[in-house]
Amino acid sequence: MTRPGPLPSAARAIVKGDRRALARAITAIENGDPAADPVLRALYPRTRGVPVVGIAGPLGVGKSSLINALVAKLRTEGRTVAVVAVDPSSPFSGGSVLGDRIRFERSADDTGVFFRSMASRGAAGGLAAATLEATRLLDAAGFDVVLVETVGSGQVDVAIREVATTRVVVVVPHLGDEVQTLKAGLFEIADVFCVNKVDLPGADLARRDLDDLVALGSWPGGWTPVVVGTSTAPPSGLDDLWAAVEAHERHLDASGGRAADERRRLSGEIVGLVRDRVGRDLIDRLERDPELRRLLDRVVARSLDPRAAADRLLASSRRSR
Amino acid sequence: MGVTTRPRRTSPIRVLIAKPGLDGHDRGAKVVARALRDAGMEVIYTGLRQSPEEIVRAALEEDVDLIGLSILSGAHMALFPRVLALLKRQRAASVPVFAGGIIPDEDAKRLKRAGIRAIFGPGTSLGEIVSTAEKLARSRA
Repeated sequence: MTRPGPLPSAARAIVKGDRRALARAITAIENGDPAADPVLRALYPRTRGVPVVGIAGPLGVGKSSLINALVAKLRTEGRTVAVVAVDPSSPFSGGSVLGDRIRFERSADDTGVFFRSMASRGAAGGLAAATLEATRLLDAAGFDVVLVETVGSGQVDVAIREVATTRVVVVVPHLGDEVQTLKAGLFEIADVFCVNKVDLPGADLARRDLDDLVALGSWPGGWTPVVVGTSTAPPSGLDDLWAAVEAHERHLDASGGRAADERRRLSGEIVGLVRDRVGRDLIDRLERDPELRRLLDRVVARSLDPRAAADRLLASSRRSR
Repeated sequence: MGVTTRPRRTSPIRVLIAKPGLDGHDRGAKVVARALRDAGMEVIYTGLRQSPEEIVRAALEEDVDLIGLSILSGAHMALFPRVLALLKRQRAASVPVFAGGIIPDEDAKRLKRAGIRAIFGPGTSLGEIVSTAEKLARSRA
């Protein structure tokens, strides 16, 4: 068993509320900097499993504004909140414009809030590779709630399932007919459906389509998604939204779902970490190891096919261990 | 390389582009943000009407390597030194600050003496802004 021993200085600073140490540790995670390892290791036993609420949905549905309104609400209730907001990196330059802060309107001296923008850096699924570990640091840093905003895009951005304890899928009126709600992907992972901009015409229809989807489906884990309507200008429905999130969190505790979900997520995380390391090692070796370079040459020359090359690579990496 | 494999180590330059003061003209800030993005940087754009306190707080939370301030309101002599003072108070004076907008030469000289590392007026090429930003970010490391 890991026992909380003396903490490395960066980890101690984070636990004591040093926001700059926290920000730097998140950068280290993003950059694959080994300096992140001891911090993550030391803080893992100190995580409490706070609610991590994912806010997912297509671009332009108002995820950032909704987060701003939720933060305001939670702060009024005296709860501390951390936000991680992910935006896409350019597949061409690798650069990114992270604009989710624009909607964020907290007073500069409110120390009960922490907001971090994060570029996806080529990760698929609507989050960045560093998002999960960043939420863990925010948990250990003492925040009561962590909100995670996904990249605003399409139907298959389901990585949030591996990070959030409660997933809110945000839509707006006129996104498409009811067949859209039957399609696979995003609509399957929602614990709460939020029809935002509910003051717009068509909101009733959007809600009805989601109500039908919820009523007709069979939902794993014994939780039937809740449909709520919200607006952020002026704010309305936020109490309903948060009540639905809390009801789901309570359900996780009562049903044993929290432990089961966590076990599934952790197993996925460990497999992912191993896959990353093995993958990197192999990429390195393909470049450097002369024997493996010849293997690659043969595939390029069409004298060996990629699957056969993969078999040999696997066999040789087992031998070298 | 598969998209699921995490790169070993990459550290793109992170830069905060902020609009202090009350003017609502952010075309320049957006054009610069885009140019920096195209140069491979991660640009955190704060939006309009940010106080120096909000800017410095954002810079620290986002752990940026560089801060760019864009202003057209004429309030630069009040707001820029305030940003520098707040950075110093947070022991973050090592984060370089550059600026752009309508800033008279006389003011620009004084601001540079106060610690603004580069000031770009109208007509500056994006190439010059990008290469200066890269140089400033590297000078910090």
